[in-house]
Amino acid sequence: MSSELPFERPLAELRKKIDELKHFGAEKQIDFSDEIARLEERYKQLESEVYGGMSAAQIMHMARHHQRPTSLDYISLIFTDFVELHGDRVFADDLAIVGGLAKLNGMPVTVVGHQRGKDTKDNIQRFFGSPHPEGFRKALRFMQQANKFGRPIITLIDTKGAYPGDTAEERNQSEAIARNLLEMANFGVPIVCVVIGEGGSGGALALGVGNRVLMLENAIYSVISPNGAASILWKDASKADQAAEAMKITAKDLLEFGVIEEIIPEPQGGAHRDKAAQAESIKEALWRNLQELGKLSPDELREDRYRKFRKVGRFGTAELE
Amino acid sequence: MFKDLFQKKKYAVVPSERTKRDIPEGLMNRCPKCGQIQLSKELEKNLKVCSGCGHHYRLNAWERIAMTLDEGRLFEIDENLVSEDPLDFPGYASKLEQQKANSGLKDAVVTGEGEIGGFPVVIGVMSFDFFSGSMGSVVGEKVTRAIERATEKKLPLVLFSTSGGARMQESILSLMQMAKTSAALAKFHEQGGLFISVFTDPTLGGVSASFASLGDYILAEPGAIVGFAGRIVIEQTIRQKLPDNFQTAEFNLKHGQLDKVVPRKEMKAILTKLLDMHAWKGEPADVQ
Ligand SMILES: [Zn+2]
Repeated sequence: MSSELPFERPLAELRKKIDELKHFGAEKQIDFSDEIARLEERYKQLESEVYGGMSAAQIMHMARHHQRPTSLDYISLIFTDFVELHGDRVFADDLAIVGGLAKLNGMPVTVVGHQRGKDTKDNIQRFFGSPHPEGFRKALRFMQQANKFGRPIITLIDTKGAYPGDTAEERNQSEAIARNLLEMANFGVPIVCVVIGEGGSGGALALGVGNRVLMLENAIYSVISPNGAASILWKDASKADQAAEAMKITAKDLLEFGVIEEIIPEPQGGAHRDKAAQAESIKEALWRNLQELGKLSPDELREDRYRKFRKVGRFGTAELE
Repeated sequence: MFKDLFQKKKYAVVPSERTKRDIPEGLMNRCPKCGQIQLSKELEKNLKVCSGCGHHYRLNAWERIAMTLDEGRLFEIDENLVSEDPLDFPGYASKLEQQKANSGLKDAVVTGEGEIGGFPVVIGVMSFDFFSGSMGSVVGEKVTRAIERATEKKLPLVLFSTSGGARMQESILSLMQMAKTSAALAKFHEQGGLFISVFTDPTLGGVSASFASLGDYILAEPGAIVGFAGRIVIEQTIRQKLPDNFQTAEFNLKHGQLDKVVPRKEMKAILTKLLDMHAWKGEPADVQ
C-alpha cells in the first residue's frame, strides 16, 4: 500500500525523479550532482509548502493515516517495564482499549489508550479502536487502581468514537461513558491525556478528562466525525472534507478554544515518518507536565481539573423583555 | 422560611401563550401511535397521554414545568443565556433564530428553582422543540449552573432530559459540555446531594452519555427512546434491522439501565415520594 496521501503526491513524484536521476547517473557514470542539489533544494521548498499550509481536511487524513503509530507503538517506545492488564472484571476484555502499568523515566504510571488494529484481522478484533461499554469500564478499572495507589494516569486518545452497535447499547454505552467522565473528574492523581490520532466524540472524551490535554500537531478532536456530520447536515458523507473545515477540529483550533493546553510537534510529513522521534517528543511533554502537576495535592488536582473544564463554552447574554 | 424567600423573587408563571403554542391547532387530535382521534382538550386534561394506547406525547419545557412543579411555579434562573456562533458554522446563526421563533425558548433547557410536593428543588427541563434538544455551550452552562446551585444550597436536583445529542454546530465546545456537567455532578455527589434524573422521549448521544446517566435514581417515561447511538447508525453498523422495542424505556428497564418506568400521571407522586425519603431527618417512630 502506498504511504503518501493525495496532497503529498507532488512530493513523492519529485522524490522519485531525484532517485531516478541518482540511479541513472551512477549507472552511466555521469555527474548530475548540480542538478540533484538543485532538485533537493526544490524538494525542501515544496515540502514546506505542502506541510506548512495543510488544510483541516488534509490534517484529518494525516490523523487517519494507516501507518500512523498506535497506542501500543508509543507505549513500547515511551515507557519501560510495561505490564499489560486485561478486562473489566464483569463482562469481557475489550481489545479496543489497552493499558496497564509502566514506568516513565523510572516512575510507575498507569497508561491506558484506544487501540486501532494493525491490519484487517487485528482491526476486527479491536473493533477499529471503537470501545464497547466493557472497554470504558476496563479503562476505568485501571484508572481507579492508579488513583488508589497514587500513580499518575496517562491516556492516549485515538478512536473514531464509541462502538455504535446493539450489544453496546444493551450494556449501557451511555452510562459507561458518563461514569468515566464523573470518575475522572474526581481522581486525586495527575491525569495527562494525549490525542495521538483521531479524537472522536464521547468515546474519546471518556479517556479525556485530564488536568492537561495535549494534542499531536496532526491529530484531530471533534464532537462527531466529519463524515458523520456531513451525512447529517448535508445528507452526504462524501462532504467530510468540507465538514472537517467547518468543524474546527485541528490542534490549533482547540488550543485557541482553550480545550487543550499544548500542541506536540510532529516530524515533517507526520508522526509515521519517524516514530522514535515522535515518541521522544511525547515523552518529553508527558514528563514535563507530570513534573508540574506533581507539585499539587489531590484536592488541588481535582480543583485544577474542574476549573479547566468549567470554563469551556462560548455563549452570550440577551436582554430580557 | 423558604417560601418567604420565594415570594420576594420574580416568578415566571408558566406563560400561557407558550404552552398553547405546542398544542395542535384545531379541536381534534390523532394519536401518532394508534390513530385514535380525541379532543385536544381531553388530551390536554389527560396530560397529553393517549387515552386509547397510553402513548406519551412529547412535551415542551413549559408544559412539563406546569405538570411537575407545585402550582406550576418556577423561579427561573439564567434565562438570558443565548447561543453564539463560536465556530462561524455555516447556517448556524440563522437556524438559531428560527429555533427561537418556533419554540418561544432561548435554548434547549429551562432551569430554576421550584417545589415538588412541597419540597424545594433545583430543576432543569429540556425541550426537544428547540434544536432537537441538542446540547451546546448554553445547555451545558445552564445545567452546570443548576448543579452548582443545588450543591451550594444543598437542594435536591431534578433533571428532565430530552435530546438528540450534542450540537454539532459547536463541535468540540459542545463535546466538552459533557465533561463540564459531569464534573459538576462529581462535586454534587461528593457532597451527598440527591439527583433524580428523568429520561423522556427521546434522549440520545451527549446528554444520555453525561449528566442524564449520572442520577442516584433514574426514571423514564413509558416508551421513551433512550440510548447513545441512534437507531439508523446502529442498523448501518450491524447491517441488521433492530426490533421495534429497541432502546425503549421498557427495553432499557429489562437490561438493568433504569430504576423505574413511570407513567406521566404518576411522575409527580413518585418524585414527591423520593424527595420525602431523603428529606427525613428525624428519629424513627416508636415501634409498638
Ligand atoms: Zn394512541
